[in-house]
Formats: sequence, C-alpha cells, structure tokens
Amino acid sequence: MSKQELLLKIRDLKIEGRSDETWNQIVNGVDIDLHKGEVLGLIGESGAGKSTIGLAAMGFTRDGCRISDGSVEFDGIDLVNADAATKRSLLGKRIAYVAQSAAASFNPAHRLMEQHIEGPVQHNVFSASESEKDGIELYRKLRLPDPENIGFRYPHQVSGGQLQRAMTAMAMACRPDLIIFDEPTTALDVTTQIEVLASIRDIVEQFNTAAIYITHDLAVVAQMADKIKVLLKGDEVEEADTRTMLSHPKEDYTKSLWAVRSFQREQKPLADKGETPVVSIKNVDAAYGGGTVKVLHDVSFDIHAGRTVAVVGESGSGKSTTARCITGLLPPLTGTVEFDGVTLPADYRQRDKDQLRQAQMIYQMADTALNPRKTIGEIIGRPVEFYLGLTGTAKRKRVEELLDILELEPNQYIDRLPSELSGGQKQRIGIGRALAAEPKFIICDEVTSALDQLVAEGILRTLAKLQDEFNLAYMFITHDLATVRSIADEVVVMKEGRVVEAGPKDVMFKPPHHAYTDLLLSSVPEMDPDWLDNLLEERGVDNIGDAASSKI
Amino acid sequence: MNTLLWIIGIVAALMAGGWLIRTLGRAIDLPSRQANIYFRDMPYLASVGLAVGIFAIGILIYYYFLSPTPFFVWAVNGFIFFAICAFIFRFIGRVVGTEGSKKLFRQMPLTASFGILIIIVYAITAIFAGIIAPYGQEEVFAKANVLPGGDPATGGDPEHILGTDPIGRDILSRIIFGAQNTVGIAFITTCLAFLIGTTMGFLAAIKGGWIDQLTSRVVDALMAIPQLIFALLLMTIATAWAGSNGFLVTVYMILIIAVLDSTRVYRLSRAVGLNIVVMDYIEAAKLRGETLSYLVFKEILPNAFAPLLAEFGLRFCFVFLTIASLSFLGIGIQPPLADWGTMVKDLSAFINFAQFSPLTAALPLMAAGAIALLTVGVNFVVDWMLQKTSGLKE
Repeated sequence: MSKQELLLKIRDLKIEGRSDETWNQIVNGVDIDLHKGEVLGLIGESGAGKSTIGLAAMGFTRDGCRISDGSVEFDGIDLVNADAATKRSLLGKRIAYVAQSAAASFNPAHRLMEQHIEGPVQHNVFSASESEKDGIELYRKLRLPDPENIGFRYPHQVSGGQLQRAMTAMAMACRPDLIIFDEPTTALDVTTQIEVLASIRDIVEQFNTAAIYITHDLAVVAQMADKIKVLLKGDEVEEADTRTMLSHPKEDYTKSLWAVRSFQREQKPLADKGETPVVSIKNVDAAYGGGTVKVLHDVSFDIHAGRTVAVVGESGSGKSTTARCITGLLPPLTGTVEFDGVTLPADYRQRDKDQLRQAQMIYQMADTALNPRKTIGEIIGRPVEFYLGLTGTAKRKRVEELLDILELEPNQYIDRLPSELSGGQKQRIGIGRALAAEPKFIICDEVTSALDQLVAEGILRTLAKLQDEFNLAYMFITHDLATVRSIADEVVVMKEGRVVEAGPKDVMFKPPHHAYTDLLLSSVPEMDPDWLDNLLEERGVDNIGDAASSKI
Repeated sequence: MNTLLWIIGIVAALMAGGWLIRTLGRAIDLPSRQANIYFRDMPYLASVGLAVGIFAIGILIYYYFLSPTPFFVWAVNGFIFFAICAFIFRFIGRVVGTEGSKKLFRQMPLTASFGILIIIVYAITAIFAGIIAPYGQEEVFAKANVLPGGDPATGGDPEHILGTDPIGRDILSRIIFGAQNTVGIAFITTCLAFLIGTTMGFLAAIKGGWIDQLTSRVVDALMAIPQLIFALLLMTIATAWAGSNGFLVTVYMILIIAVLDSTRVYRLSRAVGLNIVVMDYIEAAKLRGETLSYLVFKEILPNAFAPLLAEFGLRFCFVFLTIASLSFLGIGIQPPLADWGTMVKDLSAFINFAQFSPLTAALPLMAAGAIALLTVGVNFVVDWMLQKTSGLKE
C-alpha cells in the first residue's frame, strides 16, 4: 500500500495558540507522510495536539491559533501559504472532515440529503440529482437502514450512530483523497461504535481514500489504522505500523498507554445471605412525563457495604433512571428503595438530612457537576458545613484532609476555581464533594467515560482505595466494559429498562451469557488489529450493533 | 434624470475604485505578511466596501474644511476630542494600577474605555453636583433669557456661561444637577426592577409548574401593552393620587417604571435560570437538601451574573430614556428639580434661533446630548462585557 504516491507531506509543523496575551507553542514540530489509500492513526491524551494537527492537515487553524513554522503539502500544493480561493476549491472536494459530534455538526433545519448534496453541487462534481443518487448508494454501502428514504429525514430523526455514518457519507460525497476523522466514535455506545467502525473502514478501503484517524482509544485505532503515531503534549513520541506498534512499542510513554488496561482490583466475595444490603431496589417501575413513558420495568437488585455493583447497558437502557429513582429525583410508580433495611420516602424532598447525606452522587461531566463560580474550598466545604456543622478553621481543616485523601495538594488547590483544574482533577473534586458528606453509598454515573485512559485509571484506583478505607458501597453506572472488568464485584446488565442478567463479575464474564450480554461483551474493541475482522467473520456484517440488538 | 446619472456614476466609480484598491493592494508587497494575506483573500465586495468608506471620509473632510457648518464642526470636534480622551484614559489605565487592572485595560477596545470614562465622569458629576455647579438648581436670578457664550456684546453674561432659562435659572447648574436627579433616579429604578425581575425569574425557573405559569402570564399581560403608553396611563392615575406632592409623584414614577421594566428582566433571568437549573451542580445541591434561597443566591446568581450585568446596562439606558420621556411630557420628575428631559422641553423654543445664534439653539441639544452620551457610553461598556463573557466575535 505504501508504494502508492505521497499525498500529504507535513514537515516540522509548529502551531502556536494564543492565551493570556502570549503565543504558546502547542505543536512542536511534527512530520507526517501519508500515501494514497493509507490510514494514519493519531493517538494521545487530550491536549496532545491531535485535533490541531488534524485541522492543520487541511491548512486550517482554529481561532486564536496559527501555524508558526513548517509546511503542509497536499498533493504538491502548499496549504500554509495557499490563498483562500485555492483552499476553498480543495476543502470538501479533495479533503473532507468528519467531526466528533455529528449531532452538533449537522444543521438541524435541513434534511440530511440537502446537506449531503451541497458539497458536490458547489464544487461542480455532480449535479444535484446525480449526487442524490450517489448519496443513496453511499448510504447503502454504509449499511444505513432504508437507504432510499433516510436522506429525507431531519438530523434529529435518526440515531447518533446513523448520523455519524451519514456524516461519513457526506464526507465521501465528492470522493475526496483525504478524510480527517476527529474522534468519530468517542460519543457512541460500544454496540453502535462497532457498526460505525466497520462501515468507515469498508468505505475507506473501497474508494482507496487516505485518512487521518484521530482518537484516544487504542483499541479503536488498532482496528482502523495502517500506521500509528503517538503524540504527547505537541511532540511526536513515536511512529510505526500498527502491528509493530502494538507488539513492540519502543518508548516508555507508549508502553504506559498500553499498560493502562491492566488495572484490576481483586473481586470481593459475595456478601452473606443474611446481611442487610446498604441499598436494596425492589421491583421498581418508573416513568417520565407523569406516567406516560414507561422506562423502568420491575428493576430489583441489592448493593452491599464495601461492594461495587456495576450497572451496564447502552444509552437509553435505564441505568441513569435507576439512579434517579434511588436518589429520589424521580419517584418510582411502584416498588421501593430500601436503605439499611428502612424504606426511603420516594421523593427526595421528603427525606431527612441524614438520609440525604448517606447517599451521594458523582457525575459524568465534572464541568457541569461543579459550580464554575465557586472555589474548590467552597465546593467541598459546603457539605462539610451543611451536614456536619463545621465552620471556620474546623471546616477548612476537614477540606484540607479530604484534598489530602484525594492526592491533591491542599494549599495549592483550595482557592482555585474548577476552570483552573484538569479534567481528572475536577473529577477528584466531584469525588471529594461526595466524600465530604461521609456517606455509606455513592452512585458513580459514568465517572470515567469523559476522561483519558491514564487519568481514568487514576480515578478508578482512588475510588478503589476509598472503598477499602471507608467501606463504601458503589453503584457504578457505565457502558465501558473495560472499566467494569477492573473495578466491579457484581454486574447488573440492563436493556430497555429491564435487568437482563445479574451476578458476580467472574461469572458474568464467563460464558454462557445472555444474548445481550454477549453482544455487549463482544462489541468491546480489543488491542488486536485482527479483532474487527474476526468478529465480522464470526457474527456477519448484519449481526452487529443496532441490528443485532434489536433482534434480541 | 440628471440625479439618476449622478447616482449611477458614483456607484460605477466606487466599484471601479474597489477593484483598483484590491489590485494595488495585491501588486504592492506590503511590509507585513498579515496585510498581504488580507488583500490576497479579500472578496470583491469587501474591497467595494473599503472604497465606500474612503469616499465617506472624503465627504467628511470636505464638509469640515471647505464648507463648514457650525453643528457639523462641533460634532466632528467633539468626536475627535472624546476619542483622544478615551485613548489617553486607556493609556493611563495600562500604565497605572494593579497587574489585573492593567491587563484589563490592555485587552480593552477604545469604545469600551470611552464608555467607562463617560460613566466615571457622569458618576463624579452626579455625586459632587453641589460642589461643581456654580449655583443651586432652584436659584432664580433677575436676568432671564441670558444668551449663552458669556460675551456681553452678544447678549451674554460671564457669570452664566450657558446663559439662563426663561425664568432666570442658571442653565449650566441645572444641567449638572440634572445628572444627579435623572441618573440617580434611573439607577434606583433599575436596581428595583432587577430585584423584582431576577427574584421572580429565578423562582419561576427553579419551581416551574403553576408558579412559572402564573408569573409568566402576568408578565405577558404587562408586556402586551406598549410600555410608554402604559406608564403614561398609570402616571396619570398616580398624579391624581399624589396631588401636589412632587416627591410622592417621583416615588410613584420609580415604582411604576420599575415594575414595568422588571418584566423584561424577568424574561431574561428566567431564560438564563432555566439553563442553569439543569446543571448537575444544582441537582447536587437539591439532593443535599439546600433551601430555595441558597439555590437562588449562592448557586444560580453567581452564574447568571454576566448576562444580568449586561442587561443591567441596557435596562438602565431604557429606564433613563423612559424617565426623560415622561419628564418631557411633564409628568415625570417635577419642578423645581432639574432634569434633562424637562430641560429639553423647557428650552425647546430656542431651537428656532439656529440660523442666527447656533450656540443658543444648541441649548436644548445639550440636555438631549447629555442623555445620548451616557446611553452610548453605557452601551459600549455593555457590548464589551458581552463579548468578554460570551466569547462572541465581532
């Protein structure tokens, strides 16, 4: 494949970003060679400069950034110094871009097909009717359901995974030579992700398109890329073809990335039969919209002291709704939630202060979970003051203790605002706020899914440590089975508001499975470059993702 | 026909001029790379816009130097003067002060520093009116209708730089005291409007349900009636209640305008509040068992501060204009208190002298200009704050 001609040549690319009145270098000299039909995977943590490089490959920088040095050559055209007209004639036609969030990238006021044909018509590649026919063909190739008519829907009328594929089709509309995929599957469920991955790979191969695939998920990039480049803080760490990179990483940083998935806590034995569970959910039915839309059907499970129960399932399966029933935000229609054997009032407003204190919650998005106008000291200090009645120096001392437990230097962080912290640090503050109430039970709602793998592992280790120290019970909501593997004691699988399967982790991860559990498990990408091929061979192209899930 | 030819000729000339500018800009190698790229990527219509701008500046220069009229010259001089003042003010701000304030001034556009300067000047004038003004606002002199300029030869009096009004009160002193009365009352009214509006708005956002429905429908009803007409109507009733008590009329006016303007504040704070109450930190606070007042004042208010502050600036201008309009119509701030709206009305007859004595004709415009200047200044600051908080470009 590498014998084909060179398409994109980036040499010593340096990009600066403006913040605080000075230009700071964010990419320090990166070289890229991309041949026709080749797929390059760019991986690294957030802030590594992956997306910035991806955009620079189109000769584009975000507002407040500039290319300060180096060259970007696309098929012999110097994109750094090209004028606007030249770039306009290339972008969309020969270079296309697929963004992370398709939902945010489509114009909600126009049908998919109207947006699809815009590019080809603008660039005089196809006429409107030709492009429409071609679009239907692309939709078929990407295995979208009902390809003849799906183009006449509005973006909100199709699912996230379908929208992401429609966007890939749109990028393909002009048959570009190069497509830049910027984390196209990060926001999707595992079961949906696999469909998108399979169809992207298929179509890129069919049209001999070169691609840059940006992601932080190693297992995903292993399926997609011919070669991988690892980035760290704007520097290139190493580059090699996929198989070499996976089997023989040279640099320590790369090895550490590979090692992340190894964290595994020892599974605790099941609690004694007679022991009263900390939280017991009994036959809960719940509905939104005053009982019209029923989302939970007869959900029951127990959570014991010192144990972690992982609740898994795709989005819309009722995981978070169950959490809302436990916290009392959504009073169940029928059924009860018991705490230490005592039935809790259904509505949180009727619970007393101590009942509220005992059950705390950690949220997925630390950005929305922490009040951006309050300092760390205020955020963690509030529950300390509210529940324990400590004020003044006693409160401050307690907050410092908590920060210490969370491995954050108290003096350095106590007066900062959340915006001055990194994603992982923010999540630690979220944990700190829950811990400050001295609860027995914590609900962790997708706490690691917005974080990079290295950071996520740190959070998991902290949670595990806290559990051992304070004998906490966790309800761990996640769709990431790798996380489940590393931290759970028991697993509850949910689908469409029902508990499909439940049991200790070791049993759950061993066959035989319930069909849905099996689908979930088999959809988690592995670090083996042949994984997707093998899976497709095993299950068949029409038996993965949504299609398979709806058959169950 | 002739006019039409002229118009066509000018448009053609502008289009040709635009093309010429762009071609020249591309041909000449400018010293900065940015400028070269600017001309290279310039769309044709933008270059025509540039030509129109140059043409307009040409017209300005022509009227300023070759065919001057006093009002136009004053306007241009005033503009230049204010621009220089704003520039110096910003320069001082960049050199003097703490590190934080210096940084603020460095990032500040000239318009914003102008606005801040105007607000500071107005505030000082309003607070120290008693010291700055040469005479009291109610003092009546024997010499009525003294012309402005202070030159006895043209009917002026050096003791009254801006002359006296038909009753014999010093106009300069009344303009200065007008700042205190008009701006002060407008400020109190706006604060009151915000107190009512934000409290109700946030309450509606958190509670929802019937509280939201009730308050929103009341607000809809109030907003359905044109504001100035409604204020006039209510003021007529209030004046009847208050009788001849001028102070009471002013209090009623403050209450009426505050309630009417709070409807707009309510709308904004409800909308902003709705976006904030869905945040997880509000849910966390609710689950902690926090009280309603903690939620409103400690969790929501700090996050709604920026848009509310921007709205405060705008609302202040509208309140200010409403008071001036009511005063102009004779039912706002009552004499003998000096007020700019009333002054425009009282002095409006002078505008007839424009041909003979431009300065005299400018008197009502000075009171009106004082209103306009503050409105412009506040809007500049508000624009800047909106840009800063929302990251809005342009």
